[in-house]
Amino acid sequence: MAFGPFLLLALMEGLVTAAILALAASGLALVFGVMRVVNVAHGEFYMLGAVLAWAVSAFVPGPPALAFAAALLIAPLLVAALAAAADGLILKRLNYDPEATIVATIGLLYMIQQAALSLYGPNANPVQAPFEWRIQLPWFGWSGYKLFVILAACAVLLALWAFMTRSRAGLIMRATQVDRSTARAFGINVDRVYMGTFALGAGLAALAGVLVVPVQQAHYLMGGDPLLLSFIVVIIGGLGSLRGTLIAALLIGLSDGIIGMFFSPTLAKIIATLLVAMVLVFRPQGLFGAKA
Amino acid sequence: MKMGAAGIWFVHLGLIAALFGMQFLLSPYHITNLARIMVLAVFAMGYNLAFGYTGLLSLGHALFFAAGMYAAGLSAQLWGVTAGPGLILGILAGGMLAAAVGLLALRTAGVSFMIVTLMFAQAGYLTLLYFGAVTGGDEGFTLSPASRSLLGYDLSTDTPRFLAALAVFAVGLILSLAIIRSPFGRTLVAMRENEDRSRMLGYNPFTVKLAALTLSGLYAGAAGAAWAVLFGYAGASFATIQYSILPMLYVLLGGAGTILGPFLGALLMFVLIEIATGLTSAYLFLVGAALVALVLFAPNGILGTVRERWARWLP
Repeated sequence: MAFGPFLLLALMEGLVTAAILALAASGLALVFGVMRVVNVAHGEFYMLGAVLAWAVSAFVPGPPALAFAAALLIAPLLVAALAAAADGLILKRLNYDPEATIVATIGLLYMIQQAALSLYGPNANPVQAPFEWRIQLPWFGWSGYKLFVILAACAVLLALWAFMTRSRAGLIMRATQVDRSTARAFGINVDRVYMGTFALGAGLAALAGVLVVPVQQAHYLMGGDPLLLSFIVVIIGGLGSLRGTLIAALLIGLSDGIIGMFFSPTLAKIIATLLVAMVLVFRPQGLFGAKA
Repeated sequence: MKMGAAGIWFVHLGLIAALFGMQFLLSPYHITNLARIMVLAVFAMGYNLAFGYTGLLSLGHALFFAAGMYAAGLSAQLWGVTAGPGLILGILAGGMLAAAVGLLALRTAGVSFMIVTLMFAQAGYLTLLYFGAVTGGDEGFTLSPASRSLLGYDLSTDTPRFLAALAVFAVGLILSLAIIRSPFGRTLVAMRENEDRSRMLGYNPFTVKLAALTLSGLYAGAAGAAWAVLFGYAGASFATIQYSILPMLYVLLGGAGTILGPFLGALLMFVLIEIATGLTSAYLFLVGAALVALVLFAPNGILGTVRERWARWLP
């Protein structure tokens, strides 16, 4: 294959990564923005989404499209419910203290990962794509499902943006983000807002997990990479800012696709992690909210 | 109850003597386990100096542990360095890396500090994987028997190994007690309690915290190097985030900001995991549940609670 088509393929694969990443990272950004909680267990919600998608598609009979649609609905809802429970049982009792919540979500990460290993097993399992359709380009064929992933992610992110800026619930969430105690003084039930935000963030991660599973198999350790990449995206984009997150996801996803194809992926990850550390060290005010 | 300086030293030296006596009471299997616990406790004592006393919550200590481990392991592997010099190289490697990370990471605080240290440790782990041809990657490598000798004693046999672990542990314990009881130790606690006020009193928070983190790195390096020469193995899996979490767990369980807390936490967690692995393979679940339970119900840990209720003198 010539260089041009090769680059095109890398860009297209990068767009898929960017779409998945944007979904997962926007959940992380939302939770940090509104609640000031760094959710280390975010990657595990993504993994649960993928594993539950496998479980649903294994138990729902009929054509793969129907099973996948069911998974797309059920898995994020289940994960959101789990996240809401974790918020009520653990995070709320810690009074959302930043350091204590990080320790607690690390604990949550281990528990979810181990539960997945015990109940689901150490194997990677594929889920059938809802439809078989290939885009035939002059140089190579490309799975039509990947195009669907990109479009679906765009649709969900648009809906999220509309929800945050146009709906009353979004307004309440933004008010809580700006000032928790003033919001409470105006009669906003902050506890419920937090629970809803945490559930929504986890649901977005799970949705990304469901979308990715026909492309990449479901495995109990699959949450590590998206967690790291989401962190990178959210920090580069400015924690809590949805627009910054989307731009950074596009940037990181595309460069991941290109660097991963032409250079060693490990080297790419080393450079990316060091870059993020440097951004935090030297530009904390611009990229990490007012004062962390 | 009040306790004078002599009494406090008596308690801590008594623990070391009691541990020395254990080698005559325990089976070889348990002696080896106790050696492991003591090495892990050294790691946790270093973590405690940064986190418990100075208030620096790092998520990257695995990097310093791995630095010590690979400094000792690789120098043995490549140049045939023996255990004694290997240990010193490991201590230096841990301390130097901690100082380098601290120079950058200490410009941040709180959540940013946690993420920056996490990112540095992750980059270190990936670097170990990238140079897998030398480091052995995740599988690691075993040290040659020839390099595992200290002053003529073979560290792969039970008694010398136990005594070497005890020696490292004793030095670590006595040193940390001396540090915490010194004026410098008080400034560490002052940084944790109120950084602005200590700055006003004329201390430079950056240098104090850098010194604390470097000390902490020296401990972690010593523990990593000791693990390599005592148990004859070095591997990149020791640089994963899990090995940054473990010392935090030990310290939280035993009591952050107590001298004996790290040892107590390492001992209890080791025993708990040992029992749990007999029952189920899901021991990581236990680690997670312990973390959540500790931050929820006992943020002061065991000895922190003891100090609060009964023994104000506990250092």
